[in-house]
Amino acid sequence: MDPSGQIGQGLKSLIITAFGLMLIVVIPVIVMTILFAWKYRGTNLAAKYTPNWEHSNIIEVFVWAIPCVIIFFLAILTWQTSHSFDPHKPIASEDETMTVDAISLDWKWLFIYPDEGIATVNELAIPVDTPIHFRVTSGTVMNSFMIPNLGSQIYAMAGMDNDVYLEGNEVGTFRGRSTHYSGEGFSEMLFDAHVTSDADFQAWVDKVKQSPKSMMFPADYDQIAKPSIANPVEYFSQVSPDFYGDLIKSYKAGHGGTDSHGEHNEARESSMPMSAQAAE
Amino acid sequence: MFGKLSLDSIPYHEPIIMVTAAVIGIVGALVLGLITYYRKWGYLWTEWVTSIDHKKIGVMYFLVALVMLIRGFADAIMMRSQQAIAAGGAEGFLPPHHYDQIFTAHGVIMIFFVAMPMVIGLMNLVVPLQIGARDVAFPFMNNLSFWLFAAGMILVNVSLVVGEFAKTGWLAYAPLSELQYSPDVGVDYWIWALQLSGIGTTLTGINFFVTILKMRTQGMTLFRMPIFTWTALCTNVLIILSFPILTATIAMLTLDRYLGMHFFTNDMGGSQMMYVNLIWAWGHPEVYILILPAFGVFSEVIATFTKKRLFGYKTMVWATAAITVLSFIVWLHHFFTMGAGANVNAFFGIMTMIIAIPTGVKIFNWLFTMYRGRIQFTTPVLWTIGFIITFTLGGMTGVMLAVPGANFVLHNSLFVIAHFHNVIIGGVVFGMMAGLSYWFPKAFGFTLSEKWGKRSFWCWLIGFYMAFMPLYALSFFGAMRRMQSYEQSEWQPLMIVAWVGAVIIAAGIACMVIQLIVSIRDREKNRDLTGDPWDGRTLEWSTSSPPPNYNFAYLPKVDSIDSYWEMKQQPGGFKRELATKFEDVHMPKNTAEGPIMSLFSLFFGFALIWHIWWLVGLGAIGMFVTFMFRIFNKDTDYHVSAAEVEETEREYHKRLEMQA
Repeated sequence: MDPSGQIGQGLKSLIITAFGLMLIVVIPVIVMTILFAWKYRGTNLAAKYTPNWEHSNIIEVFVWAIPCVIIFFLAILTWQTSHSFDPHKPIASEDETMTVDAISLDWKWLFIYPDEGIATVNELAIPVDTPIHFRVTSGTVMNSFMIPNLGSQIYAMAGMDNDVYLEGNEVGTFRGRSTHYSGEGFSEMLFDAHVTSDADFQAWVDKVKQSPKSMMFPADYDQIAKPSIANPVEYFSQVSPDFYGDLIKSYKAGHGGTDSHGEHNEARESSMPMSAQAAE
Repeated sequence: MFGKLSLDSIPYHEPIIMVTAAVIGIVGALVLGLITYYRKWGYLWTEWVTSIDHKKIGVMYFLVALVMLIRGFADAIMMRSQQAIAAGGAEGFLPPHHYDQIFTAHGVIMIFFVAMPMVIGLMNLVVPLQIGARDVAFPFMNNLSFWLFAAGMILVNVSLVVGEFAKTGWLAYAPLSELQYSPDVGVDYWIWALQLSGIGTTLTGINFFVTILKMRTQGMTLFRMPIFTWTALCTNVLIILSFPILTATIAMLTLDRYLGMHFFTNDMGGSQMMYVNLIWAWGHPEVYILILPAFGVFSEVIATFTKKRLFGYKTMVWATAAITVLSFIVWLHHFFTMGAGANVNAFFGIMTMIIAIPTGVKIFNWLFTMYRGRIQFTTPVLWTIGFIITFTLGGMTGVMLAVPGANFVLHNSLFVIAHFHNVIIGGVVFGMMAGLSYWFPKAFGFTLSEKWGKRSFWCWLIGFYMAFMPLYALSFFGAMRRMQSYEQSEWQPLMIVAWVGAVIIAAGIACMVIQLIVSIRDREKNRDLTGDPWDGRTLEWSTSSPPPNYNFAYLPKVDSIDSYWEMKQQPGGFKRELATKFEDVHMPKNTAEGPIMSLFSLFFGFALIWHIWWLVGLGAIGMFVTFMFRIFNKDTDYHVSAAEVEETEREYHKRLEMQA
């Protein structure tokens, strides 16, 4: 594990702390098991043998107290870190937090940059040292949005507005993915997350804006929502004003203004030829 | 006529499935042929299929579990092989369509059709004997439970050849399992296999709960019950409380899929989060349903083979009860990443850790039972020591996963896979294997080969560590679960190590099979006439092996915890003397209604999967009519006459004397 963001680094040290705390009890147990098994082996007639000994207040106190104490400290650690690493908690920073919407589709990621008015498929770019507010939802089954190097994951669920705050503190390209199994194309539901300098980020935004394609809800969305595997990177230079909100609302209102959610049936069944097209 | 079912439903183009089917067909035909040749159909029908004898039902559960273990393991080795190959863009030999079915089937089979029947099988064999009862409270229901379970098991196996199994993961999370995203019959197979076997399990839970509370022999107060019976009691409480949740959840999914309702769909007000909550409200108690009886086995084994009382009996009981209660308030730790607030996540995280306290206490108590004992390193003891070490590690990784912060990076990764195999193999499987070699002589009257048992143990132990330690390591490099292929070719070496581990486990399973064959071959040499091959402590060892169908000619009286051990410690010891006077014994009669009802339920389930509506009706009516027939059937019990009991007992004593 080689985290490149502050959340990821914090979680790494949390895992190591918890691991260390538990070794306090795990190592003695393993040592005692081997020691007792050896010392009190049936052939060792020199060892003490107390067939009717079944109770000792002192031992009872210890066997309850030791786990209790360790769990007490772990519980404090858990309470604190559950709050400090709450994925919904904004990251304190001098830089302004940027919003990116991550939408899981079959089997690709659609990213919307509402402030820049652009959208991409299977490619993410974020400026370094800037807190990012990822709003996460799904246009299909449950997925989980994660860039392992940056830290926490969060579920993407249709009709639900979920979020996670992350920050990249090292320039580089990292792999992001869905970690929650979502069907046939799950293994290849990957994307590159570029953590760039501010200037490079602006250049990337300009590049995306060159694209002739637009991402309007629902017309363009219905096209992109059709199942495909290993979809190539796509750029969209225009996005409808509240794309993310419109998508979520479309579920709240049943079938809503679009019938896109009903089409999956046929689309799923014919996903093989579609994925072949995508591969070309 | 046949609904959605046609000849195209059979996957001719899948060589792996066709070869498997051919092998199953040939072996099956051979077995059926041998039964016919030796004219054993009548024997099977009267002595096994229609039997209400808890010991025989226990044996049948365990037999099915061992067969299904091989099926589930075949899935496992295919997955490990696929992941050992499909690195850096390689596709491997299993396309997603097949791979996704395999990991779903592996999970379903290992939990529902291997671990559950092992646990229930052991309870059947042991609990009535330990509490000094002649049968369970509801013998017909016990038979029905088994055959409903068998119907579910048959459906899972039929899905291999007719149609396909679910591609959703073993818990079939909605909305992936909804009609919109899984229009094929796979999820329907999952639904009906689990509904049938799940109802069987619920009935078992009620049956054993009542049996333990109402049928204990004279003097056996709750705090004199053997620990295995205590753990069985707690497990049955969990079954009664949690399995109805599973049944109801699957019923709602069924309504969604069959009648277009919207309990768990994305739109029209459905809530996938409700599905996940409900399935884990059952799913978490389920893991304790499996592990508690394993804890019970270890307690019995360790006390017997250290020749020493169990350290802290009362502590063990209260620890078990604490785990039982706590297991119901931790379910959310399976999905911290759903996005609940920090307070909710922290609460469930801490509750989960608190379970580690009673569990840790149990581990210490087993250790202090070994302390100042005289440990005999028999096969069950090896499994127990292997368990203590392995389970402690698994418990530790479990607590790590219970820290919500850590869970946000470890969730859905191979860390989770490594963790739960660490506790299920290291806990449940080791426990059931210990129980198998410990109680086998009680069921059959001869001991299992120690040599092959120990070989099996070492293969399982080494294989387990080789197969799953690499997965812990891989998870820190971002390896997720359920991946049919992956880009990172640097993961491949560890994946290959894991594959080697799986092959070593395969050797362990082979040793088990050889152990059974060798032991049956040498059964006369390993015959145990005393009924007490291990110098045991609890009542089941006080009767002969295998016990007569009425278990005890006279119901024993109990006045302490290890009552049989105490009897043996009396001056003059415990003598297996022939009683002078015998009485009639009241026993239930064998019945064909259980298997017949279950056969109709199998038609019913299969027909619903394929939308063959006339067969659905036939199955439903058949079940109802058979059930009515049972209700109005007054001829359900009989008395074993005193003369017959005397003859059985005399016969046994004659053999005892001949041996002496």
